[in-house]
Amino acid sequence: MTHALELQNVTASYGHGAILHGIDLTVPAGGVTALLGANGAGKTTTLRAICGMIETRGDVRLFGESITGKTPEAIARMGVAHVPDGRGTFTGLTVIDNLRLGAFTAKKRRNFQRTLDQVFGYFPRLKERTGQHAGTLSGGEQQMLAIGRALMSEPRLILLDEPSIGLAPVIVKQLFEILGQIARDAGVSMLLVEQNSNLALKLASNAALLEVGNLVARGSAEELSRNQEIARAYLGDVTAEGTAA
Amino acid sequence: MTFFLEQLIIGLSSGGIYAIMAMALVMIYKSTGHVNLAQGEMAVFSTFIAWTLVQMGVPIWPAILLTVAVSFAGGIVIERIVVRPFADADDLVIVAVFVGLFLGVHSLAGAIWNYEVKPFPSAFSDGSISLMADLSIRAHTLGSLIATGAVLTAVWFFFRYTRLGLALRATADNRESSRLTGINVSFMLALGWGLAAGIGAVAGVLIAPVTFLDPGMGLAPLIFALAGALLGGITSPFGAALGGVMVGVLEAMISAYVPYGIEFREMIALLLILSVLLVKPAGLFGELVTRRV
Repeated sequence: MTHALELQNVTASYGHGAILHGIDLTVPAGGVTALLGANGAGKTTTLRAICGMIETRGDVRLFGESITGKTPEAIARMGVAHVPDGRGTFTGLTVIDNLRLGAFTAKKRRNFQRTLDQVFGYFPRLKERTGQHAGTLSGGEQQMLAIGRALMSEPRLILLDEPSIGLAPVIVKQLFEILGQIARDAGVSMLLVEQNSNLALKLASNAALLEVGNLVARGSAEELSRNQEIARAYLGDVTAEGTAA
Repeated sequence: MTFFLEQLIIGLSSGGIYAIMAMALVMIYKSTGHVNLAQGEMAVFSTFIAWTLVQMGVPIWPAILLTVAVSFAGGIVIERIVVRPFADADDLVIVAVFVGLFLGVHSLAGAIWNYEVKPFPSAFSDGSISLMADLSIRAHTLGSLIATGAVLTAVWFFFRYTRLGLALRATADNRESSRLTGINVSFMLALGWGLAAGIGAVAGVLIAPVTFLDPGMGLAPLIFALAGALLGGITSPFGAALGGVMVGVLEAMISAYVPYGIEFREMIALLLILSVLLVKPAGLFGELVTRRV
C-alpha cells in the first residue's frame, strides 16, 4: 500500500544549523496521524519541510511521488493543504475570498459550489460571515476558516499545525469533533501536529513522537498513549491528564 | 457658477490622472512596502515611447495601446532585474533602489529624447466642446476624464472579479499563505509591477498634452498622486484613487480662487492633506482593519 506521505532520512535547516536530524515518518492514506512532541521538538519544522518552505534533504514522498525540493506552490498544487501555525488566513480579505483562494488549485473548478456547501456544513458559522474580513473573526472562527480553506482545495493530505492553540477548551472540543468527522467523511489523510497529546491521540489512529529533531517513537495511537515512559519524558503526565479529562 | 463648473471639470480631469497614478503607487506599495518614487519617471518614459511611435507615423490610439503593452513588459523587467535582488534588503536600501531607479529612468529618457520640451498630441480632438451657453471645455479634458473613469472601473473589475485579481490581492495580504494555496507569488509580484507601469503609461499620455512632454514632467503628478494616495489611504487602491480625484479638484480650486494659488497650489494642497492625516493617519479610506489577537 502506498502511504499518503513518507519521509525518509529528512534533514531540514533554516540556513544555519539543522532542526531535523534525519527523521523517518509515514502517514497512512486515509487516516489521522498525530505528530507529538514538546515545544521546539521540530514539529512545525517537519510540516514546513513537507511543504517545501525550508531547505530540506532526504526523501519526501507524496503518495509514492517524490516532492523533495519542489516549491510550496507546486506541492500545494499536488494536493497538500497546509493549515499553518497562526492559521495563515488572509486577514484583509473577506471570508468568501479566503475560501475562493482555497479552491485556487482545485482540479475541478465546477466542484466549487459543492465543496463550499460541504465546508459550510461543517462550519455553519462561516456561512453567516462570508462578507466579513477574516481579520475581524474570533480565533475559533479563524481556525475554522483556515480548515475550511484547506478543504476547498479538495486535498489529498491536510497538514494541521496546532489547531487547538489559543482557543477555549469548549471550542477546541467542537473543532476536534468536526476534524474527526472530516477525516471519516472525506477520506482525506491528515497529519496533525499537537502539543496537547491527549487531544491528538483521541483523534489519531497513528502517532509519532519527536524530540529535538529526532523521531524517538512511533506506533498506533493506542500504543503511544500507553507508552508512559515516553509520555512522561516528553509530554507531561498523560495518564494524569487522561483521568482529569 | 459656470466658472466654478469649469474649474470642477478641470479638477476632476486632472484628479482622474492622479487617481490612476495613485493606484499604481498602491499596487507597488502593497508588494514592496515602499512608495515607488520612480513611478512618475516610468510614466514619462512610456509617454516618450508613445511620442516616438506617433513621430514614426503610428496613429495615436494604436500608439497608446502599444505603449501600454510595452510598459507592462517593462514593469515586469524592472521588477525582475532591479527590485527582486533587493527583496529582503533593509528599508533604506530599498529606498535607495527606488531613488536609483528614479534617476536612471530620468537620465535615460533625457539621453534618448533630450531635455527639449515637446508637444504631445491629444488622444481626443484638439477642439473644445460646448456644454452650456457660456461653458466650453477642451475635448481633451473631457476625454481624459472619461478615460480615467474607464481605467479605474476596469482595474476595479479586475481585482474584484477575476481569479488573477484575487491572487494579486492574496499576495499583497499574505505571501506565505498565498504560496501555500498554490499561488505563484513570484509571478504575482512581477505582474503587479507590470500593471503599475501599464496604467502609469495611461496617466502619462493623458497628462502630456496638457503639460507638454519633457523628462522632468513626471515629478508634479507624482507628488499630487502621492498626496492623493496618502489622503485616501495608501493601503486601499480605491481609497487612493478617490484621494487622487480629491487632490485634483483641490488643486483646481486653489488655483482658481486663492490669491497666488497657482504659485502655491502644491504647498497648500499638501498642507491641507497633512492636516487630514493628523486626524486620520491611515488616510480617509485606509484599511485600518480591526484585528483581534
